[in-house]
Amino acid sequence: MSTPLLTAPLLTARDLTLHFGRVAALDGVDLEIHPGEVVAIVGESGSGKTTLLRVLSGLMRPDGGEVSYLGQDVLGMGEAARRRLMRTEWGFVHQNPRDGLRMAVSAGGNIGERLMATGARHYGNIREQASHWLTRVEIDPARMDEVPARFSGGMQQRLQIARTLVTLPKLVFMDEPTGGLDVSVQARLLDLIRALVADLGLAVLIVTHDIAAARLLAHRMLVMRHGVVVESGLTDRVLDDPQHPYTQLLVSSVLAA
Amino acid sequence: MSHDPGYNFAYLDESTKRMIRRAILKAVAIPGHQVPFGSREMPLPYGWGTGGIQVTAAILGPTDVLKVIDQGSDDTTNAVSIRAFFRRVAGVATTERTAEASIIQTRHRIPERALREDQILVYQVPIPEPLGRLEPRIAETRRMHAMADYGLMHVKLYEDIARHGHIATSYSYPVMVNGRYLMSPSPIPAFDNPKMDQMPALQLFGAGREKRIYAVPPYTSVKSLDFDDHPFRPIRAPQTCELCGSRDTYLDEVLTDDVGGRIFVCSDTDFCTERQAVREAAE
Repeated sequence: MSTPLLTAPLLTARDLTLHFGRVAALDGVDLEIHPGEVVAIVGESGSGKTTLLRVLSGLMRPDGGEVSYLGQDVLGMGEAARRRLMRTEWGFVHQNPRDGLRMAVSAGGNIGERLMATGARHYGNIREQASHWLTRVEIDPARMDEVPARFSGGMQQRLQIARTLVTLPKLVFMDEPTGGLDVSVQARLLDLIRALVADLGLAVLIVTHDIAAARLLAHRMLVMRHGVVVESGLTDRVLDDPQHPYTQLLVSSVLAA
Repeated sequence: MSHDPGYNFAYLDESTKRMIRRAILKAVAIPGHQVPFGSREMPLPYGWGTGGIQVTAAILGPTDVLKVIDQGSDDTTNAVSIRAFFRRVAGVATTERTAEASIIQTRHRIPERALREDQILVYQVPIPEPLGRLEPRIAETRRMHAMADYGLMHVKLYEDIARHGHIATSYSYPVMVNGRYLMSPSPIPAFDNPKMDQMPALQLFGAGREKRIYAVPPYTSVKSLDFDDHPFRPIRAPQTCELCGSRDTYLDEVLTDDVGGRIFVCSDTDFCTERQAVREAAE
């Protein structure tokens, strides 16, 4: 059923708990993600998906549990080490591109920021890379010197993806990357993400409430409800043969076109 | 000369001076790092040199010789007033000659004449945070300093080149001090940046409104940020000084009438006067 695991997991989380007052946002969550694997976290609003992503990426501290990345303790590492990870081996794609982009800085500067943060000091090379990545995310490189405020929502989101992937991270966290876009733009973006992920061999942890997006992108999925992972497994298995009543409800609520 | 008996020596009380000296010592120990201090209300408005005056007051001794320049000039209002202030409250000797001064308080210039080990240069700083324009959250800029996370500053230079074809920052040009801290050199022209590198004199920076003191100890590396293929270039007007004929100093453009007449003269008045005297003696 499951593919033989030839590699050690990239990211492992054990028994994560987090309470907001009396509400349990995370209640004993376990998770593993291997290199090159796309894992989707699905569930309704308020089920703890985004909180889980924030805890895993070290943006938020849980009440209990542990997260380790290639043997390093993510929650215990210093902020300097975590920031270094965040700008080299990790990437974070926000739901709202305004959170992930510098709106007053040109598209080229946005893509170049991570390169410059990791020591690139050759203007010509930075521009070349920026132009290459704009092409890869299907933005005309001629618009490199425009600010993202003049781009459409879909273009902004693609720019955010280019900016994140330019340092070739190993693990990318995506928080509802297709949220707030219209359906045809969503489809194009999903296609693009799928191609890039396969090309670059990225591991992606993607949070979404869109079951169709999860089916298209993810190898495995976790279904969350009230801070608990109620079901997990290969995407097709979970969606075609849901075991938990909540998963059955989720799957049956998807509108057929 | 004696000082006005109505004031403590150099205006500030002794415990305030001690507090400022502690901040200065810490700043010297961590070159380029901004040290907070309890900036006092001074008898002049913010932006006129309250930070520089407090640093000067804290390090001034009765035998010091003080020079004050404003944009290189000894005879502008700001320079004249601050000199008069310290003559009155500290009774110290003042001078307009760079070579004779032991403390030089400056606004926006470094003297053209090379400074010595027994001199201290005190800068008046309006905006101490070099990252402030790019990252408005102060807590975040402090974190960036702590982590030496300075990619953002290069983004600014990148934008300059993308927009203007070259780095268009001509003053307050960011520098890296001792390979560790990003520092704003106060709004001196980029032309003066190379003088900060390995300078034999101690350089102290005081920002009164922002309540920050920072320092560059003698013989410390100060590098202007740049790109490999767009190296830092000190910029000056390509003219020669109308008065002394200098071709390698920083020049001011001065309008001479209302029909478009203009001349270029050295911004460092002391340097210019000295050169003129040498020229006249030679003639």
